[in-house]
Amino acid sequence: MQASQLKTASMRDSFSETLYQLAVNDPRVFVLDGDLATSTKIEKVAKECPQKFLQMGIAEQNMLSVAAGLATTGLQPWAVTFAAFMSKRALDQIQVQIAQPKLNVKMIGAYSGLLTGVTGKTHQALEDIAIFRSLANMTVLAPADSVETAKMMEWANQYDGPVYIRLARDNYPILFDDSYVFKPNKGVVLNEGTDLTIISTGTATSRALEAAKILKQNNISSAVVHLPSIKPIDQELIIEMAVKTKAIVTVEEHSIYGGLGGAIAEILAANAPTPIEFVGVKDRNSESASNEALLEKYEISTKYIVEAGQRVNLRKNSDFN
Amino acid sequence: MSSNNTLLEEKSKAARKSLLKVVHHAGAGHIGGPLSAIDVLTALYFKEMNVEPTNPYKVDRDRFVLSKGHSAIGLYAVLAEKGYLDQKELYTFDSLDSRLQGHPDMKILPGIEMSTGSLGQGISAAVGMALGAKVQDQSFRTYCMIGDGESQEGQVWEAAFIASKYELDNLVVILDYNKLQQYGWVGTNTERAVPNDLVEEKWESFGWNVIRIDGHSFEDILEGFRQAKLVKQKPTILIADTVKGKGISFMENNYLWHSRIPTDEELSLALKELDESGDL
Ligand SMILES: Cc1ncc(C[n+]2csc(CCOP(=O)(O)OP(=O)(O)O)c2C)c(N)n1
Ligand SMILES: [Mg+2]
Repeated sequence: MQASQLKTASMRDSFSETLYQLAVNDPRVFVLDGDLATSTKIEKVAKECPQKFLQMGIAEQNMLSVAAGLATTGLQPWAVTFAAFMSKRALDQIQVQIAQPKLNVKMIGAYSGLLTGVTGKTHQALEDIAIFRSLANMTVLAPADSVETAKMMEWANQYDGPVYIRLARDNYPILFDDSYVFKPNKGVVLNEGTDLTIISTGTATSRALEAAKILKQNNISSAVVHLPSIKPIDQELIIEMAVKTKAIVTVEEHSIYGGLGGAIAEILAANAPTPIEFVGVKDRNSESASNEALLEKYEISTKYIVEAGQRVNLRKNSDFN
Repeated sequence: MSSNNTLLEEKSKAARKSLLKVVHHAGAGHIGGPLSAIDVLTALYFKEMNVEPTNPYKVDRDRFVLSKGHSAIGLYAVLAEKGYLDQKELYTFDSLDSRLQGHPDMKILPGIEMSTGSLGQGISAAVGMALGAKVQDQSFRTYCMIGDGESQEGQVWEAAFIASKYELDNLVVILDYNKLQQYGWVGTNTERAVPNDLVEEKWESFGWNVIRIDGHSFEDILEGFRQAKLVKQKPTILIADTVKGKGISFMENNYLWHSRIPTDEELSLALKELDESGDL
């Protein structure tokens, strides 16, 4: 499967439609907006199901604390804002009032990662996985495409507890079909391979698949594992693939610190030490530019995954890996 | 103080005594803020709120959120008087495995409606509870106490704005206006040292029903609660003039007693003062 040849669809549209269905069908569901309804597309709820839409204004700290209060009355608030503001502006509120008491609040981090529609570093979220996965009681999810977005939201809606879902702004190749069943704690093997395993999360998975294709042309056989759930994480599958292929590349649209790569390194260091190459944004600030330009400059495009695969394959076969 | 409120007077005095003893015993905790809050807390739990210690999660119970969570021991002392927990358990305060955490934890102690401790957040959660009641047509009322130092947090004003936007007339916030915080502007002239000034004007301009009361007069406090119910489509704030350290002469109006631990001698002096004061 070559991701670039697949049909694409908007993750935002899928999110918007699914949330609308949940709001209409589940009396507990209320949608909280931090004045971004047109960007995140939750305006569909505002327009077509206004009694389920609560505008909280540009006040994210209050929005997340209000969500906690709503949850104590038996409701299931879905709070929606950009991932950058969700994970940093309202972090203390999320920690003290949602994560610690394990309240039933669903948090949507829209426009995560680097590709946020030329908004630049103030609006990009390259730390949200690291932040959220360090909170006890938190579930951290990142879908690869529009289908998985919907499945994941339906799962989150019936799960009792806090969930953070990291979404992307743009259109992405459709990797899953309707028969796909999302399970937290389960990774998905999208490609079999013997020389190394590329493990990716979120929308970076479509680039991981492309990289595997190119590596194959270079006689390197790469497995591709998509991890839609970073917490809980499929430890068993990660160890199994490391033992089997003896080389790992992690891929994420996130800082190389503390995200998916960090999580996998923690597991493998303790259970099955394996050479790992990390594809992610290095320790630096980004900027506003086109998606293509950002992926190149910040070294997370397909090309960089391919190079990481070649490097780890060499390391694996050297004495000093 | 009017004798109609003898029960409240007894209860608040008992709570004052136990909080002093517990903080002394634990060698930790706050004193000044709990003492300024205790009369309002007593009025809430013994007169105003519909709550049942034996049925702490009943759906139609009124809610209380202690946004100034550092006054936890004051709340625990009142909850103990009310019967939510044994007097004996108070002495586990701040120790390992205790349900009485340094700051209130909603998951382990029935009666605590929201975990607080990071200032500025509790009031927003109270707004969420009141909003939750509105959208589900439930009749319970939500009460919340904030500090004047706490009111320096921007989030307090975010909450004030949203409560008024959604016309939460089922929400009553009490400002424990004791004019001191932890350290603040100690040493500057009194006017500048007040943690938050022009409070009536501020809350009025945010669209709230503002009632000024003496936070140590049960008559005043209860009248404030009564008047709050008469106003529709606006949240109410009771600006309660209080004294930090109220009831113990050498603790009153002294910022050092925010979280100082009394010595054995200071404790016995304090308890003696409480016993001797027929009328607090
Ligand atoms: C966000 C946050 N910052 C700082 C503190 C530390 N702190 C605890 S109490 C306090 C002073 C509070 O003053 P006030 O709200 O006036 O309370 P009171 O006078 O009633 O004790 C401070 C700074 C905290 N708990 N939370
Ligand atoms: Mg104060």
